[in-house]
Amino acid sequence: MAILTPGATAPVDVTDTATGSRSRGSARRGNAGRDGGRKIGSHVLLIILVIYFITPLWWLTVAATKDTAGLFTGSGGPLWFDSEFNLFNNIAGLFEHQGGIYWRWLGNSFFYAISGGVGATILAVLAGYGFAKYRFRGRNAFFSVLLGAVMVPMTALVIPTFVLLSNMGLVNTIWAVILPSLLSPFGVYLMRVYTQDAVPDELLDAARVDGAGELRTFFQVSLPLLRPAIVTVLLLSVVGTWNNFFLPLAVLSDPNLLPVTVGLNNWQALSNAGAGGEQVWNLIVTGAFVSVLPLIIAFLSLQKYWQGGLSLGALK
Amino acid sequence: MALTEAAPAPKPTVARPARRPRTQIDRMDRKRQRWGWLFVAPFAIVFVTFLVAPLGYAFWMSMQTSTLATGTSFTWFANYGKAFTDPIFLEGLGRVASFALIMIPAQMLVALVAALVLDNLSTALSKFSRLMIFVPYAIPVVIGALMWGFLYSPRFGPATDIFGLVGLTAPDFLSQGTIFASLVNIVTWQWAGYYMIIIYAALRGIDPAIYEAARLDGANGRQIALRVKVPMISSSMVMVLIFALIGTLQFFTEPQVLRAVAQGAIPVSYTPNMYAYSLAFSYSQFNYASAISFALGIVVFAGSYLFLFLTRKQSGLK
Repeated sequence: MAILTPGATAPVDVTDTATGSRSRGSARRGNAGRDGGRKIGSHVLLIILVIYFITPLWWLTVAATKDTAGLFTGSGGPLWFDSEFNLFNNIAGLFEHQGGIYWRWLGNSFFYAISGGVGATILAVLAGYGFAKYRFRGRNAFFSVLLGAVMVPMTALVIPTFVLLSNMGLVNTIWAVILPSLLSPFGVYLMRVYTQDAVPDELLDAARVDGAGELRTFFQVSLPLLRPAIVTVLLLSVVGTWNNFFLPLAVLSDPNLLPVTVGLNNWQALSNAGAGGEQVWNLIVTGAFVSVLPLIIAFLSLQKYWQGGLSLGALK
Repeated sequence: MALTEAAPAPKPTVARPARRPRTQIDRMDRKRQRWGWLFVAPFAIVFVTFLVAPLGYAFWMSMQTSTLATGTSFTWFANYGKAFTDPIFLEGLGRVASFALIMIPAQMLVALVAALVLDNLSTALSKFSRLMIFVPYAIPVVIGALMWGFLYSPRFGPATDIFGLVGLTAPDFLSQGTIFASLVNIVTWQWAGYYMIIIYAALRGIDPAIYEAARLDGANGRQIALRVKVPMISSSMVMVLIFALIGTLQFFTEPQVLRAVAQGAIPVSYTPNMYAYSLAFSYSQFNYASAISFALGIVVFAGSYLFLFLTRKQSGLK
């Protein structure tokens, strides 16, 4: 994946668009009049795009306030509120249905995402640093294999991983989800690229001359410099584990261990196939609504960190 | 992969000569470089356990055939011969290939247009739009597919009302003829924003002085966008394409989730991954499922490698 040449730059901080765009804005002021018409066109296009991307979420928000009857035949139609406001009833319903198993699923999702994400990040930071700052035997060979691994489709690993885990007796335990989630070749790659530029060798040498050991140099000198990349890799791997569907679907069967993605999918399959008693459309919709809130809030409030980071490695 | 050589070797640490004889410094240096392995070791263990081992094991399993009558026997590449002549697998492979042909350009186009438009603006609306276009990335794919399943459904969705406004009957989004487009739409909705952010960041990294120069040469806005900006971010575009290609060829979650609401339109073997899943978990044919998984892995790997090779000029790969 040489597109992401390790010579690549440290991430450009796109969050700081304020200053960047101000200077660009003033440079362009001369064309302001000519650009006026196009600006309106651009804004119209943007509004259309925003409507497209936001409508499903708007639908979800509205639908979460309806009971099952309201979902089918609401007075306001699918895209507007019903005459009754049932959000809190639905949330109460999530606590009652099957003994409140929904909240357990949500908790499982959190647990898997945090433990898998943090674990993967720690491994990626260590390995990225090792690759970037030491010339050990076999480094280039291993790193080439790792780059190839970025292109191995992770889902192709699910069935073999299932068979391996079942031989180890780990199927249907939390380890079956967490341990495979620790693997993040792309995270290692990003950390290596970032470390290469963010931690100057001279600084490490200076620390060593001052008598710091390799570990102390890593923790006290290098780690603070790597913070932006660490946050990015953490976000990417937490989101990756949170999103994961194929792996938990394959390796978990105990309903108490499912993450919320697989759990809601089961409810939906049951509701489609089942009789009246199993149709919990309102709970599926409300469950989906509640489960997307944490990540949306996290993304909106952590903008500063991910906007620069997501593009890390993509810049030339 | 050529780029490992591109990595600048750490500068030699012999900053203070003379004091000790050279060999001793070299030995110390070599000893220090061994620390690299310690840093890499934890990841290496996971890498071997959950990537190399499953792949190796899958390969080994895929060389065997297990039947009730004769038990398990070693049959070399028989399963691969079976896979690449299995019409169901080939049909699935063809289907993800046609998804790749339609879906990737669709996502790229939306992402590129959005990024180019956003790059030109610095208004409050553009900032807000950037976030809103990105938000679907924060939604788990399963939830996204569930949501669109509801929106497509004639029972819950708004399509009947919206088409009713202009006096039309809504199409059935979940029928055999429309499910392809419906899936393309879900994936585009889910990922275009993420790709947009990557492309946008690359655009932000370009020195605006270049645009001024182009403008002085008489280029208009569209020419600047297509002839200056797009070529300058080609390496990001290649990366986005690779992500999209790898993701599309292993298409699984969306069709698997939509299957429940569109059972007639999506068979269990709709994509190679779904086929492998049902072989393994509905029919317990783990040997053949491993062969399918492995074959798919090879196709994806070869496909993305080939793509990188073809675009080596754009991506800067030597």
